[in-house]
Amino acid sequence: MSRSADGIYNFMGLKNYISDIYNGVKSLITGMKVTGHYITHPKEIITQQYPENRDTLKMFERFRGEVVLIHDENNQHKCTGCSACELACPNGSIEIISGKETDPETGKSTKIIDTFVYHLSMCTFCNLCILSCPTDAIKMAQDFEHSVFDRSKLTKVLNKPGSKIMPGVK
Amino acid sequence: MTEQELITNIETVPETQEYFINMGPQHPSTHGVLRLLLTLDGEIIKKIEPHLGYIHRSIEKMCEKDSYQQIVHLTDRMDYLSCHINNEAVCLCVEKGLQLEVPERVKVIRTIISELTRLSSHQLWWGVMGMDLGAITTFLYGFRDRELITDIFEETCGARLTMNYNVPGGVMFDIHPNFQKRTKDFITYFRKKLPEYDELLTGNVIFTERTKDIGYLSKDDAISFGVTGPSGRASGFACDVRKRFPYSAYDRVQFEEIVYTEGDCFARYKARIAEMWESMKIIEQLIDNIPEGEHKAKTKAVIKLPEGEYYQRVETARGELGVYIVSDNKKSPYRVKFRSPGFSNLSALDTMARGNKIADLVATMSTLDLVIPDIDR
Amino acid sequence: MNFNIYDFTDFVNSINVWLNTVFPPAAADIAGFVIIGICFLTFITLLGLSLVYIERKVCAFFQQRLGPMRVGFWGTAQTIADIIKLIFKEPLVSKGSDKFLFNLAAFIVIIAPFMAIAAVPFAKGLHVLDFDIGLFFITAVSSIGVTGILLAGWSSNNKYSLIGAMRSGAQIVSYELSVILSLLTIIILTGSLQLSVIVESQRDGWWIFKGNIPAVIAFFIFIIASTAESNRGPFDMAEAESELTAGFHTEYSGIKFAYFFLAEYINLFIIAAVGATVFFGGWMPLHIGNFEFFNNIMDFIPPIIWFFGKIAAIIFLIMWFKWTFPRLRIDQLLTLEWKYLLPINLVNLLLMALVALSGWHL
Repeated sequence: MSRSADGIYNFMGLKNYISDIYNGVKSLITGMKVTGHYITHPKEIITQQYPENRDTLKMFERFRGEVVLIHDENNQHKCTGCSACELACPNGSIEIISGKETDPETGKSTKIIDTFVYHLSMCTFCNLCILSCPTDAIKMAQDFEHSVFDRSKLTKVLNKPGSKIMPGVK
Repeated sequence: MTEQELITNIETVPETQEYFINMGPQHPSTHGVLRLLLTLDGEIIKKIEPHLGYIHRSIEKMCEKDSYQQIVHLTDRMDYLSCHINNEAVCLCVEKGLQLEVPERVKVIRTIISELTRLSSHQLWWGVMGMDLGAITTFLYGFRDRELITDIFEETCGARLTMNYNVPGGVMFDIHPNFQKRTKDFITYFRKKLPEYDELLTGNVIFTERTKDIGYLSKDDAISFGVTGPSGRASGFACDVRKRFPYSAYDRVQFEEIVYTEGDCFARYKARIAEMWESMKIIEQLIDNIPEGEHKAKTKAVIKLPEGEYYQRVETARGELGVYIVSDNKKSPYRVKFRSPGFSNLSALDTMARGNKIADLVATMSTLDLVIPDIDR
Repeated sequence: MNFNIYDFTDFVNSINVWLNTVFPPAAADIAGFVIIGICFLTFITLLGLSLVYIERKVCAFFQQRLGPMRVGFWGTAQTIADIIKLIFKEPLVSKGSDKFLFNLAAFIVIIAPFMAIAAVPFAKGLHVLDFDIGLFFITAVSSIGVTGILLAGWSSNNKYSLIGAMRSGAQIVSYELSVILSLLTIIILTGSLQLSVIVESQRDGWWIFKGNIPAVIAFFIFIIASTAESNRGPFDMAEAESELTAGFHTEYSGIKFAYFFLAEYINLFIIAAVGATVFFGGWMPLHIGNFEFFNNIMDFIPPIIWFFGKIAAIIFLIMWFKWTFPRLRIDQLLTLEWKYLLPINLVNLLLMALVALSGWHL
């Protein structure tokens, strides 16, 4: 209630005051309805309890967790040691130490990998190495539980001991 | 006490002093390692000095030793909330340099994922905005809806945040068979959930009181500071790159450029909420009309841009991102410069928040939607 | 010793008699104090622990989460684990702080609710301090806590703490008015400040139903103002974690931080207890006038359950506010008090006086 200059009481102020309170309270109750809805509908809870649901948890097939070198059942892989992935990697996560192998029949020596070193700690999972591989020897695996207590465990050797290159892959 | 004594006593009362507060580098509402040196008079802000560089990783310099394919993944780490749009900007710039025409399918896929990225960024912003103003529940609701988009990304692109889905010439893989269905499901879901955002915050009397007429930025100031994106458009500066300089598939979709003239926090808030509706419209127009074709144009294994300078701008969730590449015909660029929206938007903060209270500064910063790695790069 | 869940008077008296037979009179009094003290310390500790757990669960369910789930069944032992952690943490004192006041503040904050809780009537006969100014005592004593907050902010040598403390001071001084005025509206009807009398006066119905519209308005003002007085969201200006990191208790760690935390929850309990006592009849079961059959059924539920049920409902309402609304700004907070709550309150008080004079209440 305010008094205008000509001395007439103006009740518009009081009306606005009350409508302000009414609209304010109404908007607050609208908000409380939303949260009230969720507390009365516990089925809509979206929490996933992670370590407990490990058995049912399945990552999408394209998920990029770590680089692995594909080995078949005969312990053979397709890596020729061309080091295209090493060049494609932006962070130097991949180091390929290659050796020579001489074919006893023909006497020709071919380049093979000795160790395929993968520094998981440096990897940004950009997928460029997979794209650059000419023989599709490496792929991204879905394993994402990489925590270790010792940093050196994150440097991995991807080719399994005694593994050989698959025949026919060049 | 006589009158005279009273007067002398009053005169000996020490004057009030301005004082400084370091807001950040570790502070809950700077959302990262931004440090603001505030000069305060009581609770009134007299001056704001942003101090940058706490998360500077010299991405621009690192780009100079990387090949053009490798640059793309670095831009994920700039504005991580609109990483796909950053990637797209670099790829578009490289494609411009190569004069490479990408397949239609790629353009549409890129546009859809860009808009999904924008949606997810705005959802997160909405949650954080509520949290900055004290309504912590909104934060969880924002993340709840964003989760569905990150699932879409994970299925198609292979990662949730730093997707690196673009390569010069196209996208890394074709879209996943479930992509269209998931996206459509999400749009139906989110059309129901977005009004809830309005009920919780937009209409709330406390929220409107906290944001209306706070952090005013005039159109002239917005232009001179280069404030772009929803923040600029809320001040009446029509600067939507998608409309002004269409790229990818934006020239074939119908959407409105959201422009408000109030220039306060509430206008910036409304602009982002309205942009979410527009993004959903764009996705709905494109999702059923993805043309058949290749997902990637053929490029050489080693990309060399012809000698020259190339510039490409895109609209990220925060504003205009410019990618400027100087090439000397080698396999890595001679110089790369990113014009990041966050940096320019931050520069206007002092003008906007001066004279307001600390609580208003938090609201203003929130509506600017700053991502600190984007400012520092 | 006859234990009766509906009336504790005989039980308390028999303990008293037993103490007097075992000890000489002076020692019996001291023994009584010690027993009461131990009971309250245990009660407050359990109350704090369970309220923290409840708050976490309630907040989680508002936010579509599950909340603590790991320690104990459904995370019930989570708060105990937290307390153990807080006890073993280093009590840091920041450089340049006033060490005496810094340590004192934490105790003042916790002492205030300890004193106030003594006057709360839990059930018939279960009442430590029942004197004629009980309500006045609770409101007066519970506002001592603000001294602790101001001291904490001042002595921390931290500007965030100082701002938080100043805000808190301004806030509590203003909202104290509304709390007391809204309680006065009911005092007009009861005519007494003694809590047991207030409870007894609601034997034929609670004041919120009997007191007509002014009582309902008074209750809502009471809830808003007391939420503000206890520094809880949406009025948590003093903490305001997005503005002032943690406000007045930024520099506290370990068990002293736990004191602030505990004090907040005991304050919450006291507010709810006062609200329940004055507006909802305290431990008095729901009675409708002379409707004997209904009243007898209601009497079957023990008063202590009525009391805690009412408190739980009010606490839930306050938590609902906190987890829904954004925080107000400090000037808006004062505007709300001085321009809205206080005038409405004064008009409401007049209205209630009119109602009481005309006998419109039941």
